[in-house]
Amino acid sequence: MKQATQKKIAQFIGFFLLRACLTIVLVVLLLFLYDIGRKGGGTISWEFLSQAPRKGMTQGGIFPAIFGTFLVTLITAILAVPLGMCSAIYLNEYARQGRLTRLIRLSIRNLSGVPSIVYGLFGVILFVNIMRFGTSVLSAGLTLGLMTLPWTITASEEALKTVPNSYREGALALGATKWQSIRTNVLPYAVPGMLTGTVLGLARAAGETAPILFTGAAFFLPYLPRSLGDQFMALPYHLYIMATQHHQIEQVRPLAYGTALVLIVLVLGMNMTAVVIRYRLRRKRR
Amino acid sequence: MSVETGIAKIETRNLDFYYGPVRALKNVSIVCPANRVTAIIGPSGCGKSTFIRTLNRMNDVIPGTRVEGTILLDGKDVRAPDVDVVELRRRVGMVFQKPNPFPKSIFDNIAYGLRINGMRDKRKLEEVVERSLRGAALWEEVKDRMDENAFALSGGQQQRLCIARALAVEPDVILFDEPCSAIDPIATAKVEDLIETLEKSYTVVIVTHNMQQAARVSDYTAFMMLGELVEFDVTEKIFTNPANKLTEDYITGRFG
Repeated sequence: MKQATQKKIAQFIGFFLLRACLTIVLVVLLLFLYDIGRKGGGTISWEFLSQAPRKGMTQGGIFPAIFGTFLVTLITAILAVPLGMCSAIYLNEYARQGRLTRLIRLSIRNLSGVPSIVYGLFGVILFVNIMRFGTSVLSAGLTLGLMTLPWTITASEEALKTVPNSYREGALALGATKWQSIRTNVLPYAVPGMLTGTVLGLARAAGETAPILFTGAAFFLPYLPRSLGDQFMALPYHLYIMATQHHQIEQVRPLAYGTALVLIVLVLGMNMTAVVIRYRLRRKRR
Repeated sequence: MSVETGIAKIETRNLDFYYGPVRALKNVSIVCPANRVTAIIGPSGCGKSTFIRTLNRMNDVIPGTRVEGTILLDGKDVRAPDVDVVELRRRVGMVFQKPNPFPKSIFDNIAYGLRINGMRDKRKLEEVVERSLRGAALWEEVKDRMDENAFALSGGQQQRLCIARALAVEPDVILFDEPCSAIDPIATAKVEDLIETLEKSYTVVIVTHNMQQAARVSDYTAFMMLGELVEFDVTEKIFTNPANKLTEDYITGRFG
């Protein structure tokens, strides 16, 4: 009897602590979103979203930055998505599992933890200088792509691991080649998870400042990039300038909050897309 | 051991198998006669699943394994360099321990093996799917729900679906790796009936830890222990008058 009460108390304390942790996280997150929403909400207007900054960025909108972020994320995706998925397929399905693959896997995990400024500097050396792409949207996109690759590979490999081995063996036992078994009986069931992880990685890339800082993002441009060799404006960098580098910081503060709100909504939107993709494809599978 | 077996469909000679340094099969020589059911029995971990998986080279996909000795299918070494393992597996079908339908429609499950072998003709596909499902005694239960996901079937139906899927590619041999260990007794009875009908057209090798099942469905029985073949004989003889003391102890339930 006494033991039963003790067990119940222990359970109560356990669940209470778990609930408390979740509550703290939620409160902080909501406060953060609320603050930005309140201070930036007033700035958001069609004009703000569709026009270029004017008068030393004290007026006007952030359209070039939105456009630039989309463009650079697109380049990131073109590099990171196919390369990441294919690497993951090779690593998980074909490569002989042993010390070498373990080492490769460990390196990939480590790369996903490398600070983004390191990628930025690496991008300057490789893309801007050695490959002579200059400070351009191309160099920035490729740099972000490199940064996203480890995430895409890891997420895709996790997705492949969730496909039961019996699908692979079942196909092989019917006389399928290894490639046929992967293409027809593994990939269709791994792709939702692969896409989810990939989109999350891209969302993270879209919000990064350091990798594009030296590789292609511009402080202010009076025109949109016309080619991949042009510099571009991007939301995170724009926000960084408005918040810390502008000569009239107090005056542009509402614009900074507005920019932050747009960036958050954009990233949130991408994450939601990932959730929707996963949900849809999972339902189709059942 | 000289047992009158008729024509050998599959024969292993001095077969050894290693998982890394662990020797899982020791010098196993078994004959599986054509158009007969051969059962492999023995306690858990005796190597019976390992043995059956060497016959269609399914163990090739497990890293760090090694085979020594000879495995003959119709007198030809299945490990010869000119043997295409993909074609071997089409000829030697396999039904696994746990039913493993693919998350596709019933029709697509059965048609899978045909499609990967390049068949596109819809009419022919439908014909083979129906014939295979009839062969697996499942047609009447699923003929009106071919587009349903195979996961919607019961466990026993799923296992018969897997048998139908194996039949569809027209193999010579079908290997059953404890096909009834994950399904209920009624479903088991159906699968057993089915296996008995299959021997007219196929050579069947079945691994089971259920001795009654071996006695019911098989013509020949091999008893294995600790990776070694202890006794191989006509099923009736194994279960009524085994030559080896270990076999007798096992079938009378003294261990295992």
